[in-house]
Amino acid sequence: MADLSVTIAGIKSPNPFWLASAPPTNSGAQIQRAFDLGWGGAVWKTLSGPIINVSSRLGSLDYGSARMMGLNNIELTTGRSWKVNVKEIRETKRKYPKHALLVSLMIESKKEAWQEAVKEMNDTGCDGIELNFGCPHGMCERGMGAAIGQVPEYTQMITEWATEVAEVPTIVKLTPNVTDVTHIARAAVAGGADGISLINSVGSLMGVNLDTFAPLPVVDGKGTHGGYCGPAVKPIALNMVSACARDPKVGIPISGIGGISTWQDTVEFMALGATTVQVCTAVMHYGYRIVEDMIDGLSNWIDEKGYRRCTDFIGKALPNILDWGDLNLNYKVVARINSNLCIGCELCHVAAWDGSHQCIDIETGNGHRVPVINEPQCVGCNLCMLVCPVNGCITMVQQDTGKKPISWRQYQAELAKNPKFEAPGYVEH
Amino acid sequence: MKNLAPKLSDAEYEKNFADITPPFPPHNATLEAKRCLFCFDAPCTRACPTHIDIPAFIKKITSGNMRGSANKILDANILGMSCARVCPVGSLCEGACVYNERDTEPIQIGRLQRFSIDWFYANWDKTKEMFKPAKPNGKKVACIGGGPSSLSCAFYLAQLGYAVTIYDKNDKPGGLNTYGIARYKMSAEEALKEVKLVEHVGVKFKQNCEIGKDVKVEKLTKDSDAIFIGIGLGQTEDLGIPGEDLPGVVDAITFIDELKHKKLRDVRVGRRVAVIGAGNTSVDAATQAKRLGAEMVMVLYRRTEAEMPAYNYEYEIAKKDRCVYYFLTAPKRIIGKAAVEGIECVRMKLGKPDSSGRPAPEPVPRSEFVLECDMVIKSLGQKKQRDFVQKVLGLKTDDRGRIAVDDTLQTSNPKFYAGGDCVNGGREVVNAVAHGKRAAWAIHKRITGEDIDLDGLWKNETIRRVANTAKHQYA
Repeated sequence: MADLSVTIAGIKSPNPFWLASAPPTNSGAQIQRAFDLGWGGAVWKTLSGPIINVSSRLGSLDYGSARMMGLNNIELTTGRSWKVNVKEIRETKRKYPKHALLVSLMIESKKEAWQEAVKEMNDTGCDGIELNFGCPHGMCERGMGAAIGQVPEYTQMITEWATEVAEVPTIVKLTPNVTDVTHIARAAVAGGADGISLINSVGSLMGVNLDTFAPLPVVDGKGTHGGYCGPAVKPIALNMVSACARDPKVGIPISGIGGISTWQDTVEFMALGATTVQVCTAVMHYGYRIVEDMIDGLSNWIDEKGYRRCTDFIGKALPNILDWGDLNLNYKVVARINSNLCIGCELCHVAAWDGSHQCIDIETGNGHRVPVINEPQCVGCNLCMLVCPVNGCITMVQQDTGKKPISWRQYQAELAKNPKFEAPGYVEH
Repeated sequence: MKNLAPKLSDAEYEKNFADITPPFPPHNATLEAKRCLFCFDAPCTRACPTHIDIPAFIKKITSGNMRGSANKILDANILGMSCARVCPVGSLCEGACVYNERDTEPIQIGRLQRFSIDWFYANWDKTKEMFKPAKPNGKKVACIGGGPSSLSCAFYLAQLGYAVTIYDKNDKPGGLNTYGIARYKMSAEEALKEVKLVEHVGVKFKQNCEIGKDVKVEKLTKDSDAIFIGIGLGQTEDLGIPGEDLPGVVDAITFIDELKHKKLRDVRVGRRVAVIGAGNTSVDAATQAKRLGAEMVMVLYRRTEAEMPAYNYEYEIAKKDRCVYYFLTAPKRIIGKAAVEGIECVRMKLGKPDSSGRPAPEPVPRSEFVLECDMVIKSLGQKKQRDFVQKVLGLKTDDRGRIAVDDTLQTSNPKFYAGGDCVNGGREVVNAVAHGKRAAWAIHKRITGEDIDLDGLWKNETIRRVANTAKHQYA
C-alpha cells in the first residue's frame, strides 16, 4: 500500500483526509469514532462565544433522483460549552496522538479575546488552529466570519493577533464570497499564517415554499441566507484553490475544501495544489465510513500510476492551467456520433440548434433517428457530448488543421510586427 | 434412444446457450451503481450468506476503484464470480434491497458483482498480485472434495499460511461449479478461473483421487493438522419404478455435466423428454433439453406448484422455454422395449402433511395415463453419502444422513470439519462458500488458538440446514 502520510504547515497526518469543521466534528466522541474508521485528521467544530442556534438549519438541492447535490446550512458555531469542548479536545488528542487535530476559532474582533482563546488552545495539545474567517451567515452580522474574510486588512490584522501568540501552526480558512480570493490569501500570508484552507461555504438561499412563500430552510415561517456546500460547489472550490496555488505571493500550503466526496475528488484538489482535503457534506450524507474507499481508492490509484507517496502529485495539474490568452487558437475538435450507440433522443440536435452553433442536422426519411454532424459548422463546443445520455456515443475528435499552435497573446504580438498576419483559428459561420 | 431431437444450427445453439443474464455494458454498470443508496447496515449484506459488504463494493464501482471493488467481494467470498451468476439473488441480496419497499426495481447486485469480478479476471495479469501465497506456518490441512466449500476453506486457510491440499475424485476441480451448473449460467472454463485463483495462493489439487481407495483416511488424518470435508451429495435418487434401466433414462446431474463438457451438437436429447422432479436442478435439465432441440419437455411433479422446491425465477425460465408442467403427477413405470417409449403416470391428490410438513401426495385410484416420450431425466435430488461418511470417514450423521456438525462446523471427530451440501443437505454455492470460510476460521482457531476476523464472517451465526423447500427457506 502506498504511503499516504502528509505534512501540511508542519502538521503531520497519517493521510490527507480530514473532517472539516462542521457538525461531524462537533464532539470528541464523534471525532474519535471517525479516527477509528480511518480519517487522518479533523478540524473541531468552530469554538466561539456562547451560541444559540435555531431549529431547522439545513436545506438541500436535489437533482434528478440524487439527493443533496448541494447543502445549505444556517447553523452557527458550536452550541456546546467552551469548557466541555476544551476538555474533549485534550482527551481526543491524548488518545490519538498520531492524528491531526485542529481547532477552529471564531472570536469577537478584539485582540485580547482572540489571543486569550489562542493561548488556551496552545495548552490543549491540538496540532493547529484554523481561523474561521469564512462563515457567510449569522456570524458576519456580528462582525465575525466572512465579515473578516472579505476585507484583506481585517484578515491580516486578526491573523497577526493569532500568530503572535500561537505555539502551533495557524491556518486561515477563506470565504469564497469575495471577488478575488487571492487578495485575502495574501493578507493571511502577510499576517503570518502557516497555511490556508478553502473554500468555506457559498452564500445561498435554497428556495421558496410556494404555498407559504417562506424561504428554505424555514424557521417559524421565515428564513435567512446560509452557507452552500456539497458536490455542487466543487468547481468553485477547485478554481479558488488553484488560483491560490498559482499565486506566487501566496506560497503557503493549502487544505482544500468544497464538495469532496471521493478519492478522485481528492486527487483533483491535490493536483491543483492542496496538501490535505477537508470533507463535510459527504459525511453528513453517508457517515464517516466513506473514508474507507477514499483511502483504498487513493492508494490503489497511486500504486497503479507508479507514484510512491501521495505527495508525489501535489500541484501536478497547475502547469496546465493557463490564462485564456495563452490557449492554442489553432487547436480544433469536432463532434462525432457513434451511430451504433445512438438511441435517437435527438437532444444533441436541439441543443446545437437552439443553444449552440446549428451544426447537428436531422435527416428525415432514412429510417433511423441518428443526427448528422455538419463538421464545417461545428466549433467543437462539447455541448452535444455533454447532453448526450449515452457515455461514449458522442466524442470530440481532434482535427489536423495543419496550422502551428498560436495563442491570442502571440497573435497580438505577431500583429504588432505585421498587420497582415493571418488570423489563427477558423471562421465561424 | 428411440427418437433423437433434430440437431440445430450452430447459430441456434449459440443463441440458446448464451448468457442468460448478459454482463453490463460499462456505462450502464456505473449508472446502476449510482442508484445504490449506500444503506447503512445494509439489508443486502445481511441477506448474503457470505455477508459481502455490498454497498461498499458498489460504491467503489462508482468511484472507479475497480481493484478495491473486486477485493471487497473476494475478501468475503472467494467464489464471487460464480455467485454473481448463479445466486438466487431475488431471494437473497436483491430481494432484500430497500428499493423493494417502495415498489422500485432493486439494485441489480448480481450483475454489478459480475461487472467487478469480470474486470478482476479480465485483468488477471495485473490483479493476481492482490492475493499472494502467505508465509507458511508449517501446518497442513487436507480438504476432501473439490467443490465450492472446499475451495473456500482452502483459500482462506492458504492465506493464513497453511499448506492445503484438495483431494478430489473428479477429473477436473471445482465440483458442481465445474460440472453441475446450467451452461447458460456459467461455463466450465469460467468456473475453472476461480480454481486458478485458489491455486495461485498455493493450494495443491489432487484430482482423480478417492479417499479410502487412493488415499487412506488414517494416513490423511496422521499427516494433517485438520481435515475439511466438502464432498457434497451423491448420485441422483432413484425413481424406484420398473423400466428405470431402459436406455433413454438419465439422471439430471449426468445430463448437465455432459452439456458442460461436450460439444452441444454431440449431446443426445430425445424428441420428447420427461423430467421427473421439480427442483432447481430439474429446471436446469428441462430448459437445457428444450434448448438442445427437444420438441416437448414435460416436467412431472407429484405435488402442486405451491410445494415445488424450485425458485420462482427458475420456474419462470422453464415456463419461458415452454416446458410443460404436469403437477400432481407421479411416474409409475417407464415403458419401452429396447428404449424408453413412454412413461405411465398416476394422478395424485394432496393429503395430510407428512414429516417434511408439506401435504403428502396420494395416488388417485384408476387415474393412470401414459405420456409418450423418448427420454426420461431423473431429478429427484441427490443422495446423501451416508455410507462414505459413517464407514470410511467414521463420522456421525444426523437423522437425514447429513454430516453432523456444531456451529463451528466441527464434526464428531474434533479434527474433522465439514461444510456445504454434505452438511446442509443441498443449498446454494454461496452457502457452501460461507461454510468453507467459517471452517477456515474455526480450524485456525483450533490449531493456533487465534480468533481471527475474516471479511463477512459473522461469528455468532448458527449453521442453517436446508428447509423442506428452498422456496420456504427464504420466504
